[in-house]
Parts: sequence; C-alpha cells; structure tokens
Amino acid sequence: MTRWRVARLTKVRDENGTARTLVFDVPDWPGHLAGQHVDVKLTAGDGYSARRSYSLAGPEGVELTVQRVPDGEVSPYLTLDMEPGDELELRGPVGGWFVWRPDGPAPVLLVAGGAGIVPLMAMIRARRAAGADTPFRLVYAVRSPEQLCYTDELLRPDPGVSVSLAYTRRAPEGHPRPPGRLTAADLGPYGEADCYVCGPTGFVESAAALLVGLGHDPARIRTERFGPTGD
Amino acid sequence: MQADYLDGNALAGPLAEIFAADVSAAVSRCAACGQTGPVASLRVYDRAPGLVARCPGCEEVVLRLVRSPDSAWLDLRGAVTLRIPLRDGTGPGGQR
Repeated sequence: MTRWRVARLTKVRDENGTARTLVFDVPDWPGHLAGQHVDVKLTAGDGYSARRSYSLAGPEGVELTVQRVPDGEVSPYLTLDMEPGDELELRGPVGGWFVWRPDGPAPVLLVAGGAGIVPLMAMIRARRAAGADTPFRLVYAVRSPEQLCYTDELLRPDPGVSVSLAYTRRAPEGHPRPPGRLTAADLGPYGEADCYVCGPTGFVESAAALLVGLGHDPARIRTERFGPTGD
Repeated sequence: MQADYLDGNALAGPLAEIFAADVSAAVSRCAACGQTGPVASLRVYDRAPGLVARCPGCEEVVLRLVRSPDSAWLDLRGAVTLRIPLRDGTGPGGQR
C-alpha cells in the first residue's frame, strides 16, 4: 500500500516561460525508477481537493517539472504561486511499467511530445548517474524553441546519447529541419530498440503508429499519455 | 468514443492505495475479445465518477474503480485474468 506523504518544497527552477521544476523534501522517500510518477493532492481550505499525476524528473529525490496549463486547476499554483517552505501531499512512486532500468541492455529510443520530456529526461539522467553505456536516442518534439525544457543539459554532449529536436510550429533560424508534424523520417531509420513515447494523447497515438510502421515490435513500445492538456 | 483518454499508467496510484503489488504492470486478458496486454496500456477515461479502463483492442470495459470517502469499489468484470509480476520486493521496482 502506498500512502500519502507530506512534501515540502525546497527549491524551484524555471525551465522556460511556462514550465517550472520543483524540488521537494520528502522524509523517508524509498527511491524510485526512472519513468515512475507521483500523484499530487492539493486541498483547499474548504476541504475540496484536486489530484494530478506528475512524472519524476530525476533519478534521485523528488523533483517534478510541471507545465503550466492555462485555466488549469493545479498547474498554475505549482508553477506560479507555490514557494519554498510550502507543503503539499503526494503519493508514490507509482507505475512499474513505463520505466527504464539501468541494467537494460537494449538500445533505447525516446520520443517526447512537449512536457512528455519529463520521464524521458529522468531516464537519460538515470543512465548518466549509473554510468551505463546503453545507446540512447531522443527525439523531442516541441511547438517552438520557447517551449523547450532542459535545453542546456540536452545540448551538452553526453556520450552515447543522441538528441534531435523536431519543432512542430516554429523553428529557430538556421535549424535544418523545417517546422512540421513528427514524421517517420524523424524517427527512422529502424534500429532494434526499446521505445518509450510520452506526450499528449494525440501525439502518442501518432508517434506509436509511426514506430510500428517503421518496423518496431508493438510489444517493445511503451507509452504514457497525459491526456489532451495535462491538467 | 471520446479521444481524451489517458492510459493505465494513471491507475497506478489509485490501485497502489489498495494493493501491495503494482497492478499497473500486470498483464490483463480482456473478457470480451481476449486481447492481453499490460494494465498500463488500457485506455483510461477519468471524466466520470471514478476511473473506467477500456480494452485498447475492442473498447469494452475491463476495469472500473470508484473511490468513496471510506471505501474503494473495484469492478473487474471485463478482465478474465490478471498476471501480476512479483519481485522479492527488495530491489528497485519491487513492491511499490
């Protein structure tokens, strides 16, 4: 049984104009696997409570990256109002299927749509922390450069990890790929791999279909959808 | 069928409140069409009282979970079986 725990915010870091990373102190945190998530519960003074699931962003400790959703019920509080010292309740780590273990020998293909980068970043960080040499490839689709998370970290060379960015609406000047939807060419050519796809439901549907079309075994494609908006 | 579904990963927390093992990583067999796959890959509709998980193959209901203040109602009529991976609980990914 997994119980609710009190988490105290210790640090915040803006990732871009609408996403923020929150680092929490959670006494007796049992540790987790890259890709797992937590359920967060906020309770108002009148007893009304709202719950959301957020992926853990790093291999150790409780670090969440939250994308602000306009008119959202929870994300505006987490990304704008919550301050170090404030507390919330969370439950986890949960989810044992969308996970990567550093002893996994197979090459890994990560496909992120927008805020879907978070659990995949946790996998890249877990690989680095474990000193694993598993080949990793990340294809990260975002609308525009302003939406990128972890930009500096992703652009820094990390041996064995290749990163390609696919801008869907607007690319920075000089970017080799014209802006547009993710295509098979972005995900190919086929190479044997364990695939992890995370993003909004529509993105995950189409990316998973592209992977199957390229020849990937559906049984080796793991997906995590966070709904139409994520809040 | 509405397109704004989540997947069975979203069941991990609510089911962790009930079970010691991670049921989202279990393999279920659909009672309607016989398709097997991880609970994490079911289609979960949460815009209802509780959570409704449907088979990605035939869209039939596999599992429903409703939480009231003092109890949880779990309806598993659409699942013939659940195969639940069990580790010794001491390593990473053990009984979480």
